[in-house]
Amino acid sequence: MKSHRRRRLTIIIFLFVGSLTTVLISIFALQNYIDHFYLPDQIVNGEVPLERKIRAGGMVKPGSVIHDSTGLGVQFDITDLNDVTFRVHYEGILPPLFREGQGTIVAGTLSEDGVFSARRVFAKHDEEYVPPELKGMQEHDDP
Amino acid sequence: MIPELGHFSAFLGLMSAVGIALFGIFGANQNRSSWVDMSIRLTKVQVAVLALSFLLLILAFLDDDFSVLYVANNSNTALPWYYKVSGVWGAHEGSFLLWTLVTAVWTVLVATRARHIPLKLHGYVLGTLGVLSFMFLAFLIFSSNPFERLVPNVPIQGADLNPVLQDIGQIIHPPMLYIGYVGFGVTFAFGIAALVTGKIDSAWARWVRPWVNVAWLFLTIGIVLGSWWAYYELGWGGWWFWDPVENASFMPWLAGTALIHSLAATEKRGAFKNWTILLTLLTFTLVLMGAFLVRSGVLSSVHAFAVDPQRGLILLTIFVLVAGGSLVLYAFRAHSLNTQVQYWGVSRELLLLINNALLVIAVFTILLGTLYPLGHEWFVGGTERLSVGEPYFNAMFVPIMLLLSFALAIAPISRWKHTPKKLVVNALILLGGSAVVALLLPWILADGVHLGVSCAVALAIWIFVTHAIACYRQRKALTLGFIGMSVAHVGFAIAVIGVAVTSVYTESKDARLKIGESLEVSGTKYELVEVQPTEAQNYIGERARFDFDVQRSLFPERRYYSIREHITYEAAIAPGIFKDRYITFAGPMENDTWGVEIQDKPFQRWIWFGAVVAGLAALIAMLDKRYRRLSQRNLETKYSE
Repeated sequence: MKSHRRRRLTIIIFLFVGSLTTVLISIFALQNYIDHFYLPDQIVNGEVPLERKIRAGGMVKPGSVIHDSTGLGVQFDITDLNDVTFRVHYEGILPPLFREGQGTIVAGTLSEDGVFSARRVFAKHDEEYVPPELKGMQEHDDP
Repeated sequence: MIPELGHFSAFLGLMSAVGIALFGIFGANQNRSSWVDMSIRLTKVQVAVLALSFLLLILAFLDDDFSVLYVANNSNTALPWYYKVSGVWGAHEGSFLLWTLVTAVWTVLVATRARHIPLKLHGYVLGTLGVLSFMFLAFLIFSSNPFERLVPNVPIQGADLNPVLQDIGQIIHPPMLYIGYVGFGVTFAFGIAALVTGKIDSAWARWVRPWVNVAWLFLTIGIVLGSWWAYYELGWGGWWFWDPVENASFMPWLAGTALIHSLAATEKRGAFKNWTILLTLLTFTLVLMGAFLVRSGVLSSVHAFAVDPQRGLILLTIFVLVAGGSLVLYAFRAHSLNTQVQYWGVSRELLLLINNALLVIAVFTILLGTLYPLGHEWFVGGTERLSVGEPYFNAMFVPIMLLLSFALAIAPISRWKHTPKKLVVNALILLGGSAVVALLLPWILADGVHLGVSCAVALAIWIFVTHAIACYRQRKALTLGFIGMSVAHVGFAIAVIGVAVTSVYTESKDARLKIGESLEVSGTKYELVEVQPTEAQNYIGERARFDFDVQRSLFPERRYYSIREHITYEAAIAPGIFKDRYITFAGPMENDTWGVEIQDKPFQRWIWFGAVVAGLAALIAMLDKRYRRLSQRNLETKYSE
């Protein structure tokens, strides 16, 4: 083989092996680090794995937010439009946009007693903007 | 009347874009300098009418003209005048008008400042920019008109600008970002023109490099500003969230960085020609993809604009046309540009190749993480939804950057074609020394050694040392190009240290405090001294006072913006070279207590400082005398020799 041919072949093999490795590593990482997102009815119906990192979302049920008497612990209910609810427990400062009756997304784990321990709470940024996850919920529940 | 005039001006801009495109392309094609001159003249007309249109929208904001829908949705009489002005680019329509204006400014600059390049190339570059400008303006006028009237029910008061956007960050971050984004439209146009003319040589690379540097500088500054703004405004001290929209700005930045490096090889050695062209196309394609992701509402993000499927569809069409069209052109023409360049062992070409491979891999992994949830929804469907969080991006990105640091440290001592073994061995000995320092430092300064941080710091020190030595050795023949490269790499190393240290050693505590109580974080006691009510034109709130060290105080606030019923935490930050102290005040809780979070963030500033240093380095490199304009004839004789 001519030298530049051999050179080109090396480059092609190198590129091929390199991109294959990248793709495999990425997919492996994705498998490990993906969070699944669930809506209230899925949580209540037991379609959700317990004690695994997940995300869940819905509306904060009005009147359900209870702060502990000491410390930063807080509990609230997340509900969908059919009034299916689950309880969330969170330790820490709630984001400024967190409000009763508004959409929220929580990240954490669901325990056996059906209470969601949130590691983080996200509130939406803008009234005009609804996270695509929650928009799905509204459409879903429209008659 | 004023809004109609603004709308009409934008329409004139659209017409000029048609002219710029047609005269540019056909002028180049027919080799007629009078037609290309016409195109050049029209770029001036276009920038004038779009500037007028933009000014008229600003005027509508300053006038509180709530008969204009966009003003009514994004302004309010109680807003200070500077937020009324920046409110112009606070939402989709106005920000896109700014985008088209920025395109026109770049176009006129290319038209007037690049007259020294060959007629054909100039014509095709302007023509391509005209086509891009036409698409943007058509999108603006027909589906995102910021001058749309709200008649007959004119509201007496506007809905106010989103309080998060009432900030100096909003005033400068978007314009910087757009200048950077559209700047890569210029390099895209140079890439297209090179494919059409079939000529790409050292001279071409030399003409493109200053434009890439400026675009990259602005994009860098734009991203840094965004990060800094999120850090102090969102109230929880994060500086990068791997949010889809951040990724949308970061991917073109990475591709643009690859392009800068690939261009170096193309200019100096005539190497990687095909690849350089592909990168010019790829970078701008990523910019357009970002615009689509941000403005169509398909992604879940804190930045996303309101959802409108029709807009999304048009943007997707633009994206597909530009990406598809340019790639087809590339497929047909690229092979004609091929060249053979010899290099072996550890050569500068090899290092640039590694740099490009790693950066493109980084782009790919971020792209995968960003689009995976969307792809899953579209192709798998069902009720199951996914999100890809920070852990994925960190796991992929950090190792890639460490590998990149390795190649980068050897860069200054490397030679074109082949680097003598002795130089490489010397560099590796320096790495050993840096590693020892990086392992000893935390032992002396902190309690324990964190392997990841030591690794990053070792590489950073190594980068400092090799670049310092290389600059010293070349002190008699230092070019601004070489200085620029060294400064950029040192900036990168500074940022690496910042990222590693602040990510690992940040300490954060939250609590409910009564007046007079204190919270200890990282050895410092912060006492809540008092809470006072505070007030301004459009918000009310509470302002807390925390005392720490001797006679130092911080005043975080919680604000309530009544018009939008919107609460914000205004964190108080004591910045420092070696640590930031960051206090978030969440307002009243039961039993006379106040919610508080305090963070101690070492080396936080180094991240932005390093990035700004790298950005300015692009400016230094650009001033290198080899980019000074040479007349076309001089160049031709030079290259025929």
